[in-house]
Amino acid sequence: MEKFIKLKSIPAHIPLMNIDTDMIIPKQFLKTIKRTGLGKSLFYEMRYDESGKLIDEFILNNDPYSKSKILLAGKNFGCGSSREHAPWALIDFGIRCVISPSFADIFYNNCFNNGILPIIIDEKSIQELYEYSKRKEEIEVDLNEQMILYGNKKLTFDIEPAKKKRLLEGLDNIGLSLKKIPNIEKFENSMNKTKPWI
Amino acid sequence: MSKTLYDKIWDDHLVHEDNDGTALLYVDRHLVHEVTSPQAFEGLRIQGRQVRKPKLTLAVPDHNVPTTDRSKGISDKQSKIQVDTLRNNCKEFGINLFDVNDKRQGIVHIIGPEQGFTQPGTVIVCGDSHTATHGAFGSLAFGIGTSEVEHVLATQTLIQKKSKNFRVNVNGSLPAGVTSKDVILKIIGTIGTAGGTGYVIEFAGEVIRNLSVEQRMTICNMTIEAGARAGLIAPDDKTIEYFKDRPMSPKGDNWTKAVAHWKKLFSDSDAKFDKEVNIDAKEIEPLVTWGTSPQDVSPITGEVPDPEKEKDKDRRIAMYRSLEYMGLKPKMKISDIKVDKIFIGSCTNGRIEDLRLAAKLLKGKKIASDVSAMVVPGSGLVKKQAEEEGIDKVFKNAGFEWREPGCSMCLGMNEDQLSSKERCASTSNRNFEGRQGRGGRTHLVSPGMAVAAAIKGYLADVREIN
Repeated sequence: MEKFIKLKSIPAHIPLMNIDTDMIIPKQFLKTIKRTGLGKSLFYEMRYDESGKLIDEFILNNDPYSKSKILLAGKNFGCGSSREHAPWALIDFGIRCVISPSFADIFYNNCFNNGILPIIIDEKSIQELYEYSKRKEEIEVDLNEQMILYGNKKLTFDIEPAKKKRLLEGLDNIGLSLKKIPNIEKFENSMNKTKPWI
Repeated sequence: MSKTLYDKIWDDHLVHEDNDGTALLYVDRHLVHEVTSPQAFEGLRIQGRQVRKPKLTLAVPDHNVPTTDRSKGISDKQSKIQVDTLRNNCKEFGINLFDVNDKRQGIVHIIGPEQGFTQPGTVIVCGDSHTATHGAFGSLAFGIGTSEVEHVLATQTLIQKKSKNFRVNVNGSLPAGVTSKDVILKIIGTIGTAGGTGYVIEFAGEVIRNLSVEQRMTICNMTIEAGARAGLIAPDDKTIEYFKDRPMSPKGDNWTKAVAHWKKLFSDSDAKFDKEVNIDAKEIEPLVTWGTSPQDVSPITGEVPDPEKEKDKDRRIAMYRSLEYMGLKPKMKISDIKVDKIFIGSCTNGRIEDLRLAAKLLKGKKIASDVSAMVVPGSGLVKKQAEEEGIDKVFKNAGFEWREPGCSMCLGMNEDQLSSKERCASTSNRNFEGRQGRGGRTHLVSPGMAVAAAIKGYLADVREIN
């Protein structure tokens, strides 16, 4: 997994609450057996009209936002289906950081398995970043310092230390958990005695 | 120290815990389907990793399978590749598969309990958010992403942080025409789609106790629509009775031991909950959703709300967007909303009791002439049972199509979709934009309300059907 340390980009703002994973990547694109190639279908129904033409008004269809690596969004981002195709589509498009007042649980976890940093900050701060984004100037996200820098201002954010470490080092969770095989075996042996029906 | 049901199951599955509370949790049961698993198996192959406990995983294709005649195979190329890939992966890694033409094939959350693969007190995961369904049996069940599917396959564990405890008590008794679908819609309408974020919700109270286990599944199924990690209902005698003699249930001495364990699965009377909400059953009416979020609920006797009366700005914007998408005007009567399609099925309402209830209301009646309607049983065994009871004939005689089992129009990954602006009364779980097909308009309802809408051709009150 690619490490996440610092990221600079002009952020794109989608001012909607409850952006669900069906919106992020609709069902017809879930038939793939790969993780890549979903970026062109990100936000498909908001980005393309029924004939498949780009919708001019949608922010990600307009420069410089078409190259945004940071997304600003309303609360409860990523609600709905557990599909990891949602973070896969974001990352394939180039978005590596989503900033929202709150995230849905499964989507939030999925981000950390794909090198995406989900940042939780209050709505007022999002509004401020949005106002700033209209200047079409870059903002910087510094994970180590837990800081968002824009112009001469800065915002701080919270993140669980374990999740932060994971992104900073690009760690492979499975590899780490496999080191705990002795604990898992011990657990299984004890379970075989106490719950033999499992 | 007193514990909640969630605390008990959590503690019972803790393999390891770091100082910061990051835990490695043992997974007893893992369900796999064709859409969210190919990349997980591919990951194992790339890393040269094995499946740690193949017997603890059960696989079934359900999301994109056709619900029409399957004897000639799957015509959609991409769907066929996914189903073939699942078959090959199961063979390579030694995983039990109920294939497309197996009588036991069906929606993953219906076949788990049906087979006794689901069991009380277990930790159950699946790459599908509606895994919460299994919580109805007192198991800690939740949806995971594909990377986590891979983690479970490789280690039989999952990295988790403990959620907080939330209890929803539904007190009193349900009025006529009100079902568990209305109860969960009422709960989501009350606490909101993010009301459960960060929590595991235990459902309790007289109403929950009086529900059948299948009705309880509808409640836990939609817990995710309230944002919660999982929904839980303490097992009781009904639960134990349900599992007796299921193909994968414990047998003999193990059955006795298992039952003794299951009987200890309840929240202690003085257990502490971080949040608690009480719902009075007599205030619940048959409900429908009017918008594009499951929290957008209204009684069937009500009106489409007026966004101008909403104080929260973001919510007001969302309401306007929903109404435009749904093609509705503020203050119009819900019962004046005309429908084009009816869908009965899904992991929310595709079980035998749902079909029985719908058929009982439908018997001897016809659907409205300009409506098309379909029933998609939740599994091959549900379909078979229904056919033995003559339920299929009731539906067919009324004008419904009687289909093969699968997820079908709940998410429209196969051919079963709404066209743009088509309006559907659906017993499924999500009314998101485009969920049932691009531009399609979904109204979530109970099976009885779906029948009422089918007969009248409008969203209609099930209490007026006799």
